[in-house]
Amino acid sequence: MKTKPQRNLGTLLRIVILILGLGLVLLPIWYMVITSFKPQTMIFELPPRLWPQMWTLKNYIAALGKDHFGLYFLNSSKVAIASTLLTVLISSMLAFVFARLRFPGKEFLFYIFLLGMMVPPVMLIIPQFIVAKWLSLFNHLGLILVYTTMNISMQTFLLRGVFENVPRDLEEAALIDGAGPWTIFWGIILPLSWPGISVVIINTFLYSWEEFAWANVAIKNASQRTLPIGIALFQSEHLTEWGQVFAASLVALIPVLIIFIIFQRHFVQGISTTGLKG
Amino acid sequence: MKLSAVGGINPPTAFPPTTMHTKRRYSDLLPALIFLLPGLILFVLFFLGPMLYSLQISFFEWKIVHPDQSLFVGFRNYQRALSDSIFQRAILNTLAYTVVTVSVKMILGLGVALLLNQNFPGRTFFRVAYYLPVITSWVIVSLLFEYMFNGQAGLVNYILKDILRLIPKDVLWFADPILTLVPIVLLDIWKGIGWVAIIFLAGLQTIPVELYEAACVDGADALAQLRYITWPLLGPTTVFLVVVLVIGGLNAYVPFQLMTNGGDPMDLTHSVLTLMYEATFGRIDFGYGAAISYLLTVFVFIVSLIELRLMRQQAA
Repeated sequence: MKTKPQRNLGTLLRIVILILGLGLVLLPIWYMVITSFKPQTMIFELPPRLWPQMWTLKNYIAALGKDHFGLYFLNSSKVAIASTLLTVLISSMLAFVFARLRFPGKEFLFYIFLLGMMVPPVMLIIPQFIVAKWLSLFNHLGLILVYTTMNISMQTFLLRGVFENVPRDLEEAALIDGAGPWTIFWGIILPLSWPGISVVIINTFLYSWEEFAWANVAIKNASQRTLPIGIALFQSEHLTEWGQVFAASLVALIPVLIIFIIFQRHFVQGISTTGLKG
Repeated sequence: MKLSAVGGINPPTAFPPTTMHTKRRYSDLLPALIFLLPGLILFVLFFLGPMLYSLQISFFEWKIVHPDQSLFVGFRNYQRALSDSIFQRAILNTLAYTVVTVSVKMILGLGVALLLNQNFPGRTFFRVAYYLPVITSWVIVSLLFEYMFNGQAGLVNYILKDILRLIPKDVLWFADPILTLVPIVLLDIWKGIGWVAIIFLAGLQTIPVELYEAACVDGADALAQLRYITWPLLGPTTVFLVVVLVIGGLNAYVPFQLMTNGGDPMDLTHSVLTLMYEATFGRIDFGYGAAISYLLTVFVFIVSLIELRLMRQQAA
């Protein structure tokens, strides 16, 4: 066994290495933050400074007041929340079927669903475009349905692992009491799977909040644009105004950060319950 | 394919034989259908249908305005792609990108996970902080790296030239087809380590502490513990990570698109998907674009199968 001083030294070394690594990880984010507070004249200053000589809020005021930023923010929130709720509901229903119910052809169907993890989403844009046109879905509902579909495979795969690790004893008891599949799903499996569902919520919200390619093709109406489209357009219109681009970008990161902080408590435990265990 | 090998998930076992057995048999199909229906409708409408439709498109010289006037050309779109030097270059770029990013992310991610997998003050803070790049959006960080690797007053050039004195003059990162890949690769590694570390961490936490205690008693040092306990028991996690990361790498799109403007300079820096996007929406050559994406999908599928096979053999 290790002696106590040896162990303390190990912990210290561990923290030192972690802090050094963290410096590299956070440097780009820090650079983005301070650039967003620099006046435009110092964006290409030499040498580049990691602590601006002059702080200004001008970039935030300019970027947020421009191009309906608030509207895009609302649009993105609406789309991301709806996609996340729908994905959690649909994926968990599918995962319940694959983890608990029995019928012929189940394995085959499961593998068909897994195809969704392998096909590049960009390749589907052309035919999805045609389907959306056919159903008049060049709107937020169209975004929500496509985002949900693109997430179903991976999240169903993860949730199947979660549900399989829920002990069966409780259900056996409920079955004997005459409970149907819906009661078992809603009353037993879901409440016991919160850590796994947190992982699904983080994954899906992140995807829907930052999706670019489909939103870029499907949304024609300027008032329905989502944030990533807004930011990319903004950058191409104001090429060198990096301060404003990053100010808008940082505000756009806040909701994701909030979702992550709320659900991260369950995150590591949640991934363990998906069955990715050693 | 046998994906139950991934992540050590047990194949779904039927209900254990109980007295309920016969009663359940007939009652499963109907609830299964009801539970499957919403997902199945979406999946067929927005995934399976589109996938088959684009397979059809790939065999045509597709006319987007009048699809009924499209010309059937058999495998010609596929032949064209395979003999196109721009496509070959795109494959080379994508493969190099995938090999480098996946191996570096696996090694560094495991390192971070091992460092974080212990009780010490501030552990939660480190976890959240290392995960921060993962939750940033691809569009935003692609723009950020473009700014940092700027040719004249970029932060990276400044660090390399004026602080470390490794290079004599500023490097124009985005003017050279090989150097352009450097920021793209670094971006992916930077953004991906946190995710790999979290998944490894989840795997590490399921390894019973008693194993390490026993090894300690037997006098095994840290390296031996890593070699004989941690590594073998992380097997399924490693397989899952490699498969998912390779799929992601081969499908790289946004960073290539935003940092190279789709292939600059001279179409030498395409990834397979930016080339496909350009063929489809730039040159309105839908058949060719669809053929490229099918070539990629088949390749991804075969690579995933090989990975699963190799790693299962190794584990056995």
